[in-house]
Amino acid sequence: MSSKKKPVIGVFKFASCDGCQLSLLDAEDELLAVAGAVEIAYFPEASRAMRGGPYDIALVEGSITTHHDAERIQDVRRKSKTLITIGACATSGGIQALRNWKDVGDFVRMVYPSPQFISTLKLSTPIAEHVPVDFELRGCPINKYQLIELITATLAGRKPNIPAYSVCIECKRKGNVCVAVAQGTPCLGPVTQAGCGALCPSYDRGCYGCYGPMESSNTRSLSAQFRILGENDPQICRAFRGFNAWAWQFRKASEESERA
Amino acid sequence: MSGNRTIRVDTLARVEGEGALEIKLTGDRVRDVKLRIYEPPRLFEAFLKGRHFSEVSDIVARICGICPIAYQMSAVHAIERAFGVEIDPAVRLLRRLFYCGEWIESHALHVFLLHAPDFLGYEDSIAMARDHRALVERGLRLKKIGNRIITLLGGREIHPISAAVGGFHKAPSKNDLRDLEPDLQWAVEASVETVKLTAGFEFPDFEQDYLCVALSHPDEYPFNEGHLISNHGLKIDAAQYEDLFVEHQVKHSNALHSMLRGSGSYFVGPLARFNLNFDKLTPLARQAAVDAHLAPPVKNPFRSIVVRAVEMVFGFEEALRIVREYQPPAKPRASVTPRKASGHAITEAPRGILYHRYALNEDGLVTEAKIVPPTSQNQKRIEDDLREFAAQVASWPLDEATRKCEQAIRNYDPCISCATHFLRLKIERE
Repeated sequence: MSSKKKPVIGVFKFASCDGCQLSLLDAEDELLAVAGAVEIAYFPEASRAMRGGPYDIALVEGSITTHHDAERIQDVRRKSKTLITIGACATSGGIQALRNWKDVGDFVRMVYPSPQFISTLKLSTPIAEHVPVDFELRGCPINKYQLIELITATLAGRKPNIPAYSVCIECKRKGNVCVAVAQGTPCLGPVTQAGCGALCPSYDRGCYGCYGPMESSNTRSLSAQFRILGENDPQICRAFRGFNAWAWQFRKASEESERA
Repeated sequence: MSGNRTIRVDTLARVEGEGALEIKLTGDRVRDVKLRIYEPPRLFEAFLKGRHFSEVSDIVARICGICPIAYQMSAVHAIERAFGVEIDPAVRLLRRLFYCGEWIESHALHVFLLHAPDFLGYEDSIAMARDHRALVERGLRLKKIGNRIITLLGGREIHPISAAVGGFHKAPSKNDLRDLEPDLQWAVEASVETVKLTAGFEFPDFEQDYLCVALSHPDEYPFNEGHLISNHGLKIDAAQYEDLFVEHQVKHSNALHSMLRGSGSYFVGPLARFNLNFDKLTPLARQAAVDAHLAPPVKNPFRSIVVRAVEMVFGFEEALRIVREYQPPAKPRASVTPRKASGHAITEAPRGILYHRYALNEDGLVTEAKIVPPTSQNQKRIEDDLREFAAQVASWPLDEATRKCEQAIRNYDPCISCATHFLRLKIERE
């Protein structure tokens, strides 16, 4: 009987917009099949039934920004055989990591009239800074087909087919005319991991890096190219300070432009 | 029944984001209700400072994965107002279509996957699908068509990439939109069926005299334009919003509560929109409401599921009209010249009015941002509902009372990620 037991999945949220876990519910054609193949034991956004671990797979969305969450992720890790982070917040700290270059106290005072009620950490950090992570799925938001591929591969015990090359490869495959070369539009495509299907260049705009840095990204060379296209250092800094600002390659690039 | 009882929900389910609720009862008297939003603060208004106007719509989308278009629309309209940008009529139509897609996917998600399980007695839609497979499949198909509209205009369903100040980065062709027609035709009928189905659910006997607040436009059911009105005679422009509505902070929540000066809590969202704009609904949507004996003012919040279904009919009819009328704009977006100015906008997110204000400088950088999401506006109203409703169910068995109070919260389809933090349900009896 135990050999037929369905794999148990939990979906956990930290600081985030809910969009990555929503990707699971947005897989309208696959949702009922996935739900039939696994036991979704913990997924508060979708179900009132919440069972404690252990879990075969934990899908973790969001970054760590509070003391409470820093403890909670330890508990999730202890209960989970495989821990997968989904999306830019969990993988690189998300847009809320923009606080990491500022005084978070000032930020809280800007938003809340009684800042003493608010408990928050100085930094927004990715899950892997707190616990070992088995796989990091990129994207802001993630690609739902990559998520399904990842779950399927994990359950089958094989390596997921999720490419680590840049957005440029996707553009070439689609036959897009390069927006940087043809129109002089600043584009983060050359340093950004594929996965979106080269969306922004397909819509006549430069990539803004929502899948985070690719494996061997040459950000210094791209910054130099941006300068040739007429971008100044504050503009280059902002380009790297987006949804994956705290990923080290982008962090390094934005800090270099600040010092320039 | 007497003695102490505690009903507690530490993690509220089938809502977007993290929250809990606490209700304290003495006998059948409700002593205290606290809707606690513990979703961590993400401080968007702070880090928008210093960003370029062209980045704002991409950044604010990330406040909410369920209604990113609402954030994009309030942002671009506020910035266009600051810079005095006129948009092409075709762009205006496309934005309405974009919003139709978002209302549809958001309402279908809530009606079928989040709220219907309360009425049919399941913990979730997956369990519900075992007995009601056709129902869940229909809901998923309706949701998918909403997402298809968004993907067509914006590249992807979550955090679409095409919205821009002045218009879109790229406008679709006439044929792109025409391809949607067969799906939309099916969906109009399927959503009319959904109105019938939800109207047949059992609703608790519970009515409140709501102060409803929504946009109102002279000719159409509101998305991006119009005055802000109420059923108590309010009629203002977005620029006056902060004179009349105030946010205040309570210790138990990471979301700021909104109040209308001199009136207290108020109600935004589908029910408020419906009550104030019934005559602007498209013909089949209005007829579906009439057939479901849904006449404004609807005062029972549990019937909001039927109103959402009516708004889905509207969304599909409106989308169908737009895809048939559409002629691509001469340019996908108007040119924009920054200047030192402030701009305000209110648009109708799926969950109600969403206010944005930006101050910008001559370089086009944001110097100040203010965002008031619908769920923080409804937060006080949800607590007020619970204060009344908990008394009605106070003598029920604990788990039944808890379940029913959760359902009362879900009437609002609260989006805690937007409001920043959320709910914990705890009923104590003494």
